[in-house]
Amino acid sequence: METLFFTIVAAVAVLSSILVITCKNPINSALSLVMTFFCLATFYVMLDAPFMAAIQVIVYAGAIMVLIVFVIMLLNIRSETGKRTNHAVAVSSILAFFVLFEACYFLFRSTPAKEGMGPLTSNVIEKIGHTELIGKAMYSEFLLPFEITSLLLLVAIIGAVILSKKKI
Amino acid sequence: MLEKYLILSAILFSIGTLGVLIRRNAIVIFMCVEMMLNAVNLTFIALSKHLGNIDGQVFVFFVMTVAAAEAAVGLALMIAFFKNRESIDVEDINVMKL
Repeated sequence: METLFFTIVAAVAVLSSILVITCKNPINSALSLVMTFFCLATFYVMLDAPFMAAIQVIVYAGAIMVLIVFVIMLLNIRSETGKRTNHAVAVSSILAFFVLFEACYFLFRSTPAKEGMGPLTSNVIEKIGHTELIGKAMYSEFLLPFEITSLLLLVAIIGAVILSKKKI
Repeated sequence: MLEKYLILSAILFSIGTLGVLIRRNAIVIFMCVEMMLNAVNLTFIALSKHLGNIDGQVFVFFVMTVAAAEAAVGLALMIAFFKNRESIDVEDINVMKL
């Protein structure tokens, strides 16, 4: 049952991600990308990570994609006229296939790590709650990276404001 | 169990790579980069579940923060470029060429 569900959602994810790179109109690409993000959120739920699924939908499918669609509308971009040269398409297909081959090769060559070594099981997640577990990890073990993240966001805000000035 | 998620993630990452290489529209390239980041996130969460360790999911959180910052700055860059050149085709981005 779970395998069947996985196969269906994976097929939708791959199809919509192919649509992202083949659609001529950027708006269609953006909508296909939202579909891909929803499929990934489904996988996160299947992997016992409901909080990450919620964040995926809110931050990615909500905030980031709204920003992208907004910019597409704002710039009123015409549909692309033709791809790059056939030469470039061939070379990049070979490169992308090589990336896939390399990932699969290392995946099948290696021996998998033993399953369920850590303390996090479905039972624990159900009892304590996924959000609480993430919060505890983030505010204790990952406190310094969390603080540095705020610095990154500050720099991003300043960068965006400066770049959108009239004269740069 | 774990392998199928990793293979799916590898497929999504390769499609993202292909998109970055063959498209000319800067916004579509940007969306393909987001897709590659998401493929990596899927790997993190699948391995976090497999190993029973929460650290991978905290890393996904940080990846999402970086993606959000990248979206803000990247789109501001594209708007600034469009104001100068009336185009966001990557082949037109050659202001710094000698």
